[in-house]
Amino acid sequence: MRKSWWHKVTITDIIVWAIGIAIAVVVVYGSIMTLASGKYTLANWIDLAIRGLAQGAVYALIAMGYTLVYGVLKMINFAHSEVFTGGVFTAVFLAQWLATIGIVNSNPFLYWILCGILAMIISTGIAILLERVAYRPLRGAPRLVPLITAIGASFFLQYTYRGFYGSGIQAYPMPELFQQSIEFNNFKIYVSQLVVIISGFLMMLVLFSIVQYTRIGKAMRAVSEDKEVSALMGIDVDRVIVFTFALGGASAGVAGILYVMLFPIVNFFMGFIPGLKAFTAAVLGGIGSVPGAFLGGTLLGLLESIGPTLFLDGMGIPAPYQLKDAIAFAILVFILIFRPTGIMGEKLTQAKA
Amino acid sequence: MKSYTFSLKQALLLGLLGGGISVYLSLVGMVEAFGERYIINGVITMGQVFLLGPLVMIAYMVFMRSVNLPTARRIGYSLIAGLVGGLLLSLLVLIGNTIPLRNMFINASPALFEIITFGVPYPAGLVVPIIYGLIVGLIGSAIAMLPEKIRKPVIVGILMTIVIGLLRDLLMTIILRWGPVGQLVVWAFAKSGLTLIGAILVFALTTSLSYWRTSRPPSKGPNPVLQKRPVRFSLYGLGILVLLMLPPLLGIFFSEALNNVGLYILMGLGLNIVVGYAGLLDLGYVAFYAIGAYTMAVLTSPEMGFASLTYWQAVPFALFTAVLAGVLLGLPVLRMRGDYLAIVTLGFGEIVRLLFLSDWLKPFLGGTQGIQAIAQPTIGPITISTPQQFYYLILFFIVIVLFIAWRLKDSRIGRAWMALREDEDVAQAMGLNIVMVKLMAFGSGALFSGLAGTIFASKLTSVYPHSMNFLVSINVLAVIIIGGMGSIPGVIVGALALVGFPELLREFSEYRLLVYGAVLVAMMLYKPEGLWPEARRKLELHEEAEIIAE
Repeated sequence: MRKSWWHKVTITDIIVWAIGIAIAVVVVYGSIMTLASGKYTLANWIDLAIRGLAQGAVYALIAMGYTLVYGVLKMINFAHSEVFTGGVFTAVFLAQWLATIGIVNSNPFLYWILCGILAMIISTGIAILLERVAYRPLRGAPRLVPLITAIGASFFLQYTYRGFYGSGIQAYPMPELFQQSIEFNNFKIYVSQLVVIISGFLMMLVLFSIVQYTRIGKAMRAVSEDKEVSALMGIDVDRVIVFTFALGGASAGVAGILYVMLFPIVNFFMGFIPGLKAFTAAVLGGIGSVPGAFLGGTLLGLLESIGPTLFLDGMGIPAPYQLKDAIAFAILVFILIFRPTGIMGEKLTQAKA
Repeated sequence: MKSYTFSLKQALLLGLLGGGISVYLSLVGMVEAFGERYIINGVITMGQVFLLGPLVMIAYMVFMRSVNLPTARRIGYSLIAGLVGGLLLSLLVLIGNTIPLRNMFINASPALFEIITFGVPYPAGLVVPIIYGLIVGLIGSAIAMLPEKIRKPVIVGILMTIVIGLLRDLLMTIILRWGPVGQLVVWAFAKSGLTLIGAILVFALTTSLSYWRTSRPPSKGPNPVLQKRPVRFSLYGLGILVLLMLPPLLGIFFSEALNNVGLYILMGLGLNIVVGYAGLLDLGYVAFYAIGAYTMAVLTSPEMGFASLTYWQAVPFALFTAVLAGVLLGLPVLRMRGDYLAIVTLGFGEIVRLLFLSDWLKPFLGGTQGIQAIAQPTIGPITISTPQQFYYLILFFIVIVLFIAWRLKDSRIGRAWMALREDEDVAQAMGLNIVMVKLMAFGSGALFSGLAGTIFASKLTSVYPHSMNFLVSINVLAVIIIGGMGSIPGVIVGALALVGFPELLREFSEYRLLVYGAVLVAMMLYKPEGLWPEARRKLELHEEAEIIAE
């Protein structure tokens, strides 16, 4: 005897769906109210969208680190946000030195490239070290164990930066060129935003080609399918894993430099929120998938920049921008509940713990 | 066992590692921060221990690892390792004196270099680390050369001397309250750390004690004297008496420290149910603490103008809200496991904090300014307000919660949690109602945390969103992991070690989270079952290890 579908619906499902529908109603109602109020012009929305795209490019690059490592090891590298911080926080000293010899304004692109290279090297180094010291000995341990190690490593790194570089903030000198904006018909775009969007996109393309078309990329995909069989096929699994961490670290280094083009302030705690957001982006796109990280990052950037104004402003909530982080986390929670596969991933949330 | 020969390369690498650790501790600021805290007055500071300790340890390791070689070569290798470490330190001083290293590393100050070179000025001072590198290399190998029966007690003695020297301030405060009894021991302590004679005595005492303990034939089964009922009960009685006597003995400062430990014990016992028993990793645990504290605040503070209940009237509401939040969080995450659960709960904790912080809910929750004038508990005519009084209240709650946690553990629901932890699919196949079991875990975890929150709120009589951050969740998690997941005594041990110890050492508080992080990683690598493991959990982890070994 086959049971019809409503027999499978549990009380949990009903509650979960009720919450989901309530949220959807709030979002639609809020958006309609905001648009009807006519407080914002098209130019405002375009400004917000550009800001969101630039922010999204950064999230996408950090998300790559989570996605790549998850693809290969099926583990969330919680300390990835500290890999991101490490590069950009170290490179600030190079940037300040470059400012004293006057490169910042005379040759802004060289300035960012030099900082980017240093940030990449440091982040990659930290990522490799992390894998070697904290994760490799625990391969095959119960899942909770590497997760806790990752949290521990994250704090250790964070407070190491604090001890080394101090608990205060440091500022990146901003080249004048990057503060200018290009005017279009009814909107403008800052040079820094343009550079972030373009270089973020290029970097994603590079990463995608590495994973898709190179020999080591192929090996990475093989290892993510099945570690034992790849080892039997002559793939050096350890080397592939180290390479994965290195690739994630390098993209985190670049992401760090792009991040400071938007917000030129660094401190030891800076990685926590972007890291969490990037993880959200990775989950949104479907963790384990490279195009997914790109898509998820961009989408999250847009949602976060347009969302608070669009959804909440119309309902008369004061200072909706304060709630942008809450919106990002709410998105995370709801994706995991309603579509745990993300936009383009396989179903993994129920994978055996 | 594979036999391998120890080579010069390994000695060099280990030396680099040791020197690297010393340089790290210097740059991160620990050497300088502890530079004034003497272990033995006028002889050695804690900063120097941080500087030299890694080198001694590495030299010791080199000696122990080069088993198959002739003794002279083993000593030689130890010396080389010490030398390499010393060279690294003198390299640091050299670099620091040539380029403005301080622009980058804020701790690379002249004061630090002075500590590294033991006060010898710059060009000549470069030789100093090399000399003591060699000396500690010799010390390390000398310790390693002792026969095993003496070696372990000596190491214990050294560590105990360091700990007692470090805790001098605490011990002095207690001893001075003892009156004439205190006068017998007070001379062993100097203005900072131990006196030389005191140190020698402490070392001799702890070493011989440890020697006596290890040299005893291993006892079979529990001590028969302790098994006798009257003896056992009088021991329990003594323990209770000591616990009750602590606040007047220790004074305000240490009562306050103990209160913080107590709050973490309460939260730890709650999280222990969620993470330790049921295996659901919850990183947003602070949310329930915050909800408990804020409910208490909103209901009792006349400032908010909703209700001016007393503490005891508000407690049931606070607990109810916390449990409700626990269940509400539990419902949507029922289907998630492991990493995802961790992230979602983390997100939940952040959302709660952001809501408390927002201008939107300011009329109800006070926004950034928080809520003040929260009611304090009263018992009859007495209002509980001093740290000593709160000590008894917290102790009372801990006893209740301990009892509940202990009874829950082997109850039907407790066994269901453990089944869930072991294998969710099998547990479900065996007919467990997974929904109920998980919600019970979240709910009871939230209950205890909410209770801790109410005490916290009325202890400070104010709550701020900033005190409800992610670090609290991590602290609680660290407490139960260090103590041993699923183990009730482990929670107490963990809270004392992680919350109590840093309260006592002010210089340490700066490096608290650094050490937490390092300890979490080290625990997971070397002793994943914790300091006071639960029997079953230990079995599980070792079973895993055996499977991997095969």
